[in-house]
Amino acid sequence: MFRFPLRLVGAAVALTLAAANPAFAQQLELKLMAPAAPGGGWDQTARSMQQALVASGVARSVQVTNVPGAGGSVGIAQFVNGAKGDGNQMMVSGFVMVGALAMNKSPVTLEQVTPIARLTEEIQVIVVPANSPIKNAQDLAAAVKADIARVTFAGGSAGGVDHVMAALFAGAVGADAKKINYIPFSGGGESLAAILGGKVTAGISGLSEYEGQIKSGKLRAIGVTSEKRIAGSDIPTFKEQGIDLVIANWRSVVAPPGITPEQRKTLSDAVEKMVKSDAWKEILKQKGWEDAYLGGDAFADFLKKETARVTDVLKSVGLVKS
Amino acid sequence: MMDTFAALAHGMAVAIQPMNLLYALIGVFLGTAVGVLPGIGPALTVALLLPVTYKLDPGGSLIMFAGIYYGGMYGGSTTAILINTPGESASMATALEGNKMAKAGRGGPALATSAIGSFVAGTLATIGLAFLAPWLVDFAVRFGPEDYFALMCVAFVTVSATFGDSPVRGLTSLFIGLTLGLVGIDKLTGQARLAFGVPELLDGVEVTTLAVGLFAVGEALYVASRRHHTEEKLEPVRGSLWMTKEDWKRSWKPWLRGTMFGFPIGALPAGGAEIPTFLSYSTEKRLTKHPEEFGKGAIEGVAGPEAANNASAAGTLVPLLTLGLPTSATAAMMLAGFQQYGLNPGPLLFAERPDLVWGLIASLFIANCMLLVLNLPLVGLWVRLLAIPQPWLYAGILVFATMGTIAAKPSVVELSMLAGFGVLGFLMRRFDFPIAPVVVGLILGPIAESQLRRALAISLGDPMTLVQSPISATLLAVALIALLAPFVLKGLGRFKANED
Repeated sequence: MFRFPLRLVGAAVALTLAAANPAFAQQLELKLMAPAAPGGGWDQTARSMQQALVASGVARSVQVTNVPGAGGSVGIAQFVNGAKGDGNQMMVSGFVMVGALAMNKSPVTLEQVTPIARLTEEIQVIVVPANSPIKNAQDLAAAVKADIARVTFAGGSAGGVDHVMAALFAGAVGADAKKINYIPFSGGGESLAAILGGKVTAGISGLSEYEGQIKSGKLRAIGVTSEKRIAGSDIPTFKEQGIDLVIANWRSVVAPPGITPEQRKTLSDAVEKMVKSDAWKEILKQKGWEDAYLGGDAFADFLKKETARVTDVLKSVGLVKS
Repeated sequence: MMDTFAALAHGMAVAIQPMNLLYALIGVFLGTAVGVLPGIGPALTVALLLPVTYKLDPGGSLIMFAGIYYGGMYGGSTTAILINTPGESASMATALEGNKMAKAGRGGPALATSAIGSFVAGTLATIGLAFLAPWLVDFAVRFGPEDYFALMCVAFVTVSATFGDSPVRGLTSLFIGLTLGLVGIDKLTGQARLAFGVPELLDGVEVTTLAVGLFAVGEALYVASRRHHTEEKLEPVRGSLWMTKEDWKRSWKPWLRGTMFGFPIGALPAGGAEIPTFLSYSTEKRLTKHPEEFGKGAIEGVAGPEAANNASAAGTLVPLLTLGLPTSATAAMMLAGFQQYGLNPGPLLFAERPDLVWGLIASLFIANCMLLVLNLPLVGLWVRLLAIPQPWLYAGILVFATMGTIAAKPSVVELSMLAGFGVLGFLMRRFDFPIAPVVVGLILGPIAESQLRRALAISLGDPMTLVQSPISATLLAVALIALLAPFVLKGLGRFKANED
């Protein structure tokens, strides 16, 4: 009873892939790990990559596995130990993993994997309820400076990108980041309810998550974290408002430790080809992800800098003991 | 109001197109299948199907996802009743009475009341979704952390209904569950608790692993250990296979009450499906005219929770469609499904794509009817399962439970936990401790803790925040009354007795 439908699904997948796949498909057969449960951002990134890699003919087949647990700590441990030297495996990673590994005192770190490329980023936003007296980033800055404990920020899990951003905001406006009153919620859903219901002062999340509420006028966006204003958007950046706060929730892909330079090049080339494909561009548009491709050593460099920055912030708010 | 009717009629026209009917059928079939298997839930199924449905039209694939969602809720109860293995945590309350009924040869009526109850509740709740969604969502959004905490207090009071005869043993079980609930990363500070350096434990104990271990594995071990003492003879059918007139009479009110619990709580962003099933179970236990049957297979204890379970599934769609708020894993996958087509659920969706929204709601009605048609004839087939010789049946259950756990989380730690909980379940049965409170503690404990701490963080540590919100104050009063009423009534009774 159970086996039949799954087989049906498998057959359907094979059919779709065969139809979309030109005859000149290469022999690349990849295994891609999403270090999270199905449904989250990393899982969606992995499944989108699977779709684009196969549709654009870069790989003949891509198999996605989910290894959920502790912000990616479980997945990366399995990846580093189990896939060592395997040039046909990759793992999705991202901003949240940097913080999670530091907080969980993980014995495995992102320094051990072979960086391939940064793929996407999501711009972050701070919102307030429509009836809030806070109109812009300077109002919020003033409130934070007046009494930081009374300004409550709602966002995602402790130590995640929203939490780091709250601390960076407080630091950027000259308040003591250690004293921020950050209330972690599980998932954007619950925090959105707390913001709409006026339970907290402000909410932090990825822009796409709150876009519908902002457009319908239920939430007011007081600033986005991009370097420059997003084309066609009337939401000002924090930089425009004189607050130095630039951060993005980036997602990337990495390879196991111990692979040869040739294997690394094959994987990097495959990812680069995928990023340039129409299939990938189409997916980015659907999901509202920004293309943030950064390959090779530039990405390795970025990863190092971002790790240092996040660890510093987490130490300053007391989540990581130095 | 008339607009709603017109829109719904239009939606019906969309939903009964042959292709969409086919999608709904595939959806409910897949949903029922994955609901039966513990571990593989509707969320995983939708995730696997997302890339496949990419080429389909948005209406059709969303209709299929909704079918999977409703179907999963039906399927989970079948294994709960027949082999005491809840397919998902929301079916746990069903297992309490349902499995006892099945062992007494009343599996047929138990499956029937759960299928019909699910149908009634699903239909009523879908009507609620169509007409009350905008109003209900305003209420749901006003629910703050302190209100959730108060709701958890009400739920905790009702847990005692699952205790059985001895409150001390019941509380012991509950505290085991609460302790298990502490395992993992603390949500508010990000620090690990009781994880002993095992990374797999950082996310806490999975409810399904605990439930399957305690219920299914524990039961199998217990039966195996008793085999040489007394050969327990299972009669697949005793009396009628279908519901008798008496069964109908005892079922319809619990169906309606279960719906009243399930739909609004399901619509709360952090409500979930488990809490209404337990509220319903304890309500039925208090209101029943046959209290002596509870714990031995009372049909009310199946009818109510099953209705609550399905009504909450419809409730979850309220915040999803009106706010774009996914409040369960499956809803989050459906949201991803919407986004795949460039649709953003939220306040604008009803205005921008009415055909899609109302087509989806209409197809929920159709999915419900299909599920009833699919499930009722199967009842006769399902109860035959119990005719399988016990050693075979329980060996099958063990394989089933292990496979489901591995499918959900492929890790040695998870499997060891399953085995450990199985032994715990065996010992608890052997020494007569109730097992349901353990699972309840694991579900309620972490929610109550994090909501209370959130409320206090927002109020800067002022406990008065718990009684300043009218919702929270009311709920706390309800909890207090429910807690004290039995003692007061007993006291009054004694007082009267003295007077006589």
